[in-house]
Amino acid sequence: MRPDLKALTDLIVGDTQADRVVPPTGFTASLTVFAAGAMAFLAVFALALSLATGRLADRWGEELAKSSTIRISAPEGQLAAQTAAALRVLETTEGVASARALDPEEQQALLEPWFGPDLPVDALPIPQLIEVIEEGGGFDPQGLRLRLAAEVPGAVLDDHTRWRRPLVEAASRLRLLGWMSLILIGATTAVMITLAANAALTANGQVIRVLRLVGARDAFIARAFVRRFTLRALTGAAGGMVLGAIAILLLPSEQVAGGFLTGLGFQGWHWIWPLTIPPLAAGVAFWATRMAAWKMLKDLP
Amino acid sequence: MIELENVAYSYGGGELLSDISLELQPGSFHFLTGPSGAGKTTFLKLCYGALTPTSGQVRLFGQDRRAMERDDIAAARRRIGVVHQDCQFLDHMSVADNIALPLMVSGRDLLAEAANLKELTQWVGLKERANARPPELSGGERQRAALARAVIMSPDVVLADEPTGNVDWEMSQRLLRLLIELNRMGKTIMIATHDLGLIRAAKSHVQARVLRIASRRLHLAGADL
Repeated sequence: MRPDLKALTDLIVGDTQADRVVPPTGFTASLTVFAAGAMAFLAVFALALSLATGRLADRWGEELAKSSTIRISAPEGQLAAQTAAALRVLETTEGVASARALDPEEQQALLEPWFGPDLPVDALPIPQLIEVIEEGGGFDPQGLRLRLAAEVPGAVLDDHTRWRRPLVEAASRLRLLGWMSLILIGATTAVMITLAANAALTANGQVIRVLRLVGARDAFIARAFVRRFTLRALTGAAGGMVLGAIAILLLPSEQVAGGFLTGLGFQGWHWIWPLTIPPLAAGVAFWATRMAAWKMLKDLP
Repeated sequence: MIELENVAYSYGGGELLSDISLELQPGSFHFLTGPSGAGKTTFLKLCYGALTPTSGQVRLFGQDRRAMERDDIAAARRRIGVVHQDCQFLDHMSVADNIALPLMVSGRDLLAEAANLKELTQWVGLKERANARPPELSGGERQRAALARAVIMSPDVVLADEPTGNVDWEMSQRLLRLLIELNRMGKTIMIATHDLGLIRAAKSHVQARVLRIASRRLHLAGADL
């Protein structure tokens, strides 16, 4: 069996004799538990942020990519003819699933947030809007623009690219920041546990000297410390994860009016993700303590 | 068993031991004497592989100390029981657990060894103190517990560094009797001490070789002791 695998097996199975030789208390115990707990708590939020922004980026990208708008501005007598011409063009355009002209009530509803409910849409020179729903890989916007320019001079195609791209980019960046935060949290956890392990190893220098004196192999000594620290990190991270999950649960549920801020929680099977934090923290502690212990033991006679 | 050949040991630019040659034969009994600071503890550390000689060769059970892997040294230490003057216990464990420590680190089943452990604790007169913590023991009790720990693995060699340094005359005689008893069981014994009375007391019971460290070198003494 490879040494790493053997160490992992020993960690899971446990060694009651090795566990007994390390003093059970000390300031490093509470330090490790607290550091792992705090990091797990932060990791839950970073995870929630990453997943929420990921969902947002996907939704914005997906929803906006599927629809476009054609705006027709024409003299009053030509508006209906140009609308009909645009719809004919769209009927024969590849990648267009459907197209329809918005009726006056829908157009009024769109303007209502800015002008109020009493806007006389009929009396104002408001452009006619055509909603275009795409299918498959979508249409070729350049080709459609050229055809509209030739056949419907008052038509302007808005495929939402202009404002969709920065939104999706912003959401993607936020997601990236979330994942980077997770990596930094993991690295910080490793650093903190390494420092705590080094402090514990130094504080237990006498224990290590005695163990070496009576013929303990380095693997035995390392195992005793590694298992202790791994279990502490697991316990602390489990506590931090539970508190973090409760805090996420207490956030307001997702609402349209609240936008992004109310959609920060986990959804559906994403609740499994926080459960991975304690084992990951334990893994980080296992690796960090093992490295620190072997480095220190190597320097002893 | 343990052989030193032209061994020198330097520390911090100064030579502590020079041109030391010695072979510990199975079943032999040695006293190592000399003034404080002469290098007795350093000599013992060389004997159990805690120090590497600056020059010369130390062989532990036929293996060159310099060529030994760390696990080989650990294995050799299980065959060498060491009694320190300051005992070196783990204070969070009971006396019985401290005595059983070499069994624990070698992965032996403590339940299977329980009878041996009990017998050994009785042998050193600590049966009633088995569950006490080391700080609760007197100087003599600590030394006896350290001796029990040193011999629990039934080592080939027992090295004792000033084992009677912190105990009264009666207790030092008791410890000496235990060490002589071990020697009669076939164990090689080396006791580092500056207590000449202890050496004189031993001479009527055991054939001991007395070595003296002086001016960084090892000399055979004894006729005048």
